[in-house]
Amino acid sequence: MSMSKSADAPHRLETKLGIVIPGDDLGEINDKLAGHGVLEINGRFTAVKRGILSEKEKVVSVEPIHSKYTPRPSDLVIGYIEGCTNNIWFVDIGAPFNAILPMSLGPSKAEFGGARSVIDIGEAIICRVQEVEETHSSVVSMKGMGLRKINSGIVEQLPPHLIGRIIGKGGKSLSKLKSNSECRIVVADNGRIWVDGDISGISKVRYTISNLANENFGGEN
Amino acid sequence: MGGYGDVRMIDDNGMRMDGRGPGDLREIFIETGVVPVADGSCRMIWGTNEAIVSIYGPMEAHPRKIQRQDSAVLAVEYNMAPFSTTDRMRPGFNRRSKEISKVTKDALESVVLLELYPRSKIQVNIEIISAEAGTRCVGLTAASVALADAGIPMTDLVVSVASGKINDIVVCDLNKEEDNYGEADLPMGILPNTGELVFLQMDGDLSQEEFKQAWDYNMNAASKVHEIMKKALTGGDGE
Repeated sequence: MSMSKSADAPHRLETKLGIVIPGDDLGEINDKLAGHGVLEINGRFTAVKRGILSEKEKVVSVEPIHSKYTPRPSDLVIGYIEGCTNNIWFVDIGAPFNAILPMSLGPSKAEFGGARSVIDIGEAIICRVQEVEETHSSVVSMKGMGLRKINSGIVEQLPPHLIGRIIGKGGKSLSKLKSNSECRIVVADNGRIWVDGDISGISKVRYTISNLANENFGGEN
Repeated sequence: MGGYGDVRMIDDNGMRMDGRGPGDLREIFIETGVVPVADGSCRMIWGTNEAIVSIYGPMEAHPRKIQRQDSAVLAVEYNMAPFSTTDRMRPGFNRRSKEISKVTKDALESVVLLELYPRSKIQVNIEIISAEAGTRCVGLTAASVALADAGIPMTDLVVSVASGKINDIVVCDLNKEEDNYGEADLPMGILPNTGELVFLQMDGDLSQEEFKQAWDYNMNAASKVHEIMKKALTGGDGE
């Protein structure tokens, strides 16, 4: 199996030779380390996910072609409030489990018992993943630059593995899209994109996003 | 296994009614990503069998009492559409579908790395659109492709194939007539990379030699089906 070194462009078909599927033998361990999507079975590396094989600094890993969003600390995410108690909000961030936003990490004007008056159920927020437990439950925070409640614009959803297409190499595609549409665009790691601007700009961005989403990876025989 | 032992289903040259040799498979077509709202999906056509499998999850397991603190729960639902058979089937679950759901779940549990997703649930829905014979094999094979499409970590894919006996001759991949009027059926779930077995059922009687022959047919067929699954998952062409 040939190894692709272009892990920064995982969605391009030119690295097709490097696509592996669960159960594929990835060779002997030697002095290498198993990264994401790779397992050591009987002294050999085995792929456990479908994706693009890459090797960086002696770490062999598989970049999944398609997978559900798994939160990692410091990820920027856009979430919807699903529920709240007196001092906690439950946030849907598109992961297997809802994240929690404690009042201490929420907007500073929030007071005990008044969670809903600050961010109500159904509203969207831009937040950052603070910590992720082993059981995949996570805590998000709104303390930081640009982390806020979304009051205008739209939130688009894209499969998380496709956000690389929007951003492009070194953020080129994104900055081009921003200047073309004259919109404010925030691409979150969980595949949600906040677009704010005038209607013509928003529809331009939506059109581009839906085009990118439909440029599917050919999974057909 | 209808017991019509005098129905002749294989000629003197070893050719079967549909023109296949004893070890030949029916045509197979696999497509992934067919259900846009699902996290992973697969459509598989095997002869005139057709199955659509959709995967949802990993997601929070509900109700909470089904959650396992150390691993995910795999929920498999096998269902045949009312129009999938020649006579209309009564919709909904029955004893047969419950049995197949269970054996499919057991087979998949041995490859899916459930311990990576504690307290979650992975939902596997297998819908048989058209049934000829061997739908449990189609369902299980398609489910493993759909799981791989959903990005669920697995140690291997599962290939399921069946061999059986017609007119005292062992043949691979039975069609409807052979299944109904044959003497035995041996579906197996095989891990193609290691040759391990995760599922085996036997309906009817086979002698030791016949069993060995059926086993060999299944193992050979598994590697052929695995190649097709590989092509479907890596975006290659051809069947």
